[in-house]
Amino acid sequence: MVKEVERAGIPIVQMANLVLVAKNTGANRIVPTISIPHPLGDPNTSKEEQWKVRHHRVGIALQGLTTDIQEQTVFAV
Amino acid sequence: MKKAIVYLNQFFGQIGGESTAGHQPAIKEGGIGPAQELNRQLQHAEVTHTVVCGDNYMVENEEEAVKQILELLSDKEFDIFISGPAFKAGRYGLACGAVNKAVHEAFSVPVITSMHTENPGVDLYKKELIIFSGGESVIAMDEDLKKLAVYADKILTNQPLGTAEEEGYHARGNRHQIWRDDQVCAADRVVDMLLKKIHDQPFESELPVPKRDNVPIAPPLSDLATARIAVLTSGGVVPVNNPDHIRSASATRWGKYSIEGMERLEADIFKTIHGGYDPTAIDADPNICVPIDVLRAYEAEGKIGHLYEFFYSTVGTGVTQSDAARMGREIVEDLLAVDVDAAIMIST
Repeated sequence: MVKEVERAGIPIVQMANLVLVAKNTGANRIVPTISIPHPLGDPNTSKEEQWKVRHHRVGIALQGLTTDIQEQTVFAV
Repeated sequence: MKKAIVYLNQFFGQIGGESTAGHQPAIKEGGIGPAQELNRQLQHAEVTHTVVCGDNYMVENEEEAVKQILELLSDKEFDIFISGPAFKAGRYGLACGAVNKAVHEAFSVPVITSMHTENPGVDLYKKELIIFSGGESVIAMDEDLKKLAVYADKILTNQPLGTAEEEGYHARGNRHQIWRDDQVCAADRVVDMLLKKIHDQPFESELPVPKRDNVPIAPPLSDLATARIAVLTSGGVVPVNNPDHIRSASATRWGKYSIEGMERLEADIFKTIHGGYDPTAIDADPNICVPIDVLRAYEAEGKIGHLYEFFYSTVGTGVTQSDAARMGREIVEDLLAVDVDAAIMIST
């Protein structure tokens, strides 16, 4: 799905826990999430902590959309 | 009698379902579940132990999990290591690949596994490992175990092994020198191929080049502060009544759901119908999959111009590549029609 969106010229960032799979299927902009069943907030931490993690990672994803990349890139979190 | 050790996930290892997917590696004596059946089918080996590990624990802490498994195996004697079958279960396939690779490197024993061709573990590990071509789901269990048992017996009794195609595993791309039965030399074969090509006749290359469908990188957004951003997810978050009847696995449909006027996704309005992971966390707070709350905050502070007032959702598990591509194209048509500038996809 990510590839079809990008094929249309719309920049897309994939937030995924299985980064290797995202790379292998051909996503070009990738931001790692923290887990499969809770990608953007660990329920064992406080609501504030979850918000912070989510805010941080989505922020990196947004920056990723404005970044000029020459090759498949996994943005550091 | 030779000795075999089998690797299974928490489900087939009889520990439990998705809620136990965080289970740490454990070793048990004898064959459990599919390993028991494998033990029955193996003629020249006995399954002495079964290693069981939760799929999430493995893919989220691969290095540590693999280390623990190698430690569990360090005082065991075995002649072959068999994982799965993993069918089309993505995390299980990745786990079987990672474990087999590490066990082979550490103990130099033959390692084999089985996965459906669309399991992401196949693409990642087929160059290094023997991965039998397996069925889509547990319905194929018997057949897949049989292939593994037959091949294991062959290895353990030093019988001649056929090519990937003859034996039924995913080709690794290894090239071997062989004597051909037809004794036609390479020069003759290549000219025959060339003539067929010139005459538009079908021919089979002896050196197929793998196709990789890479998409050109889309140009970056020039100005985030005026951009319209849409959110997509394969995590299966939908309104609680699942109005589009999206299936919890092997989905063929996607939905588009309004977030107009919402500061966040509320748990009594949205839930996940994804059948491939424990839904507890996302059901309690859907924003951890579809992060509307933080995107609204970025919108309010002017970092992004506008959050598109619908998000797109489907279930990623077990979806065929062709269905995924088709749904992608349908969603793109919609994105273009409403002038979305960029998108964030959250996968689980």
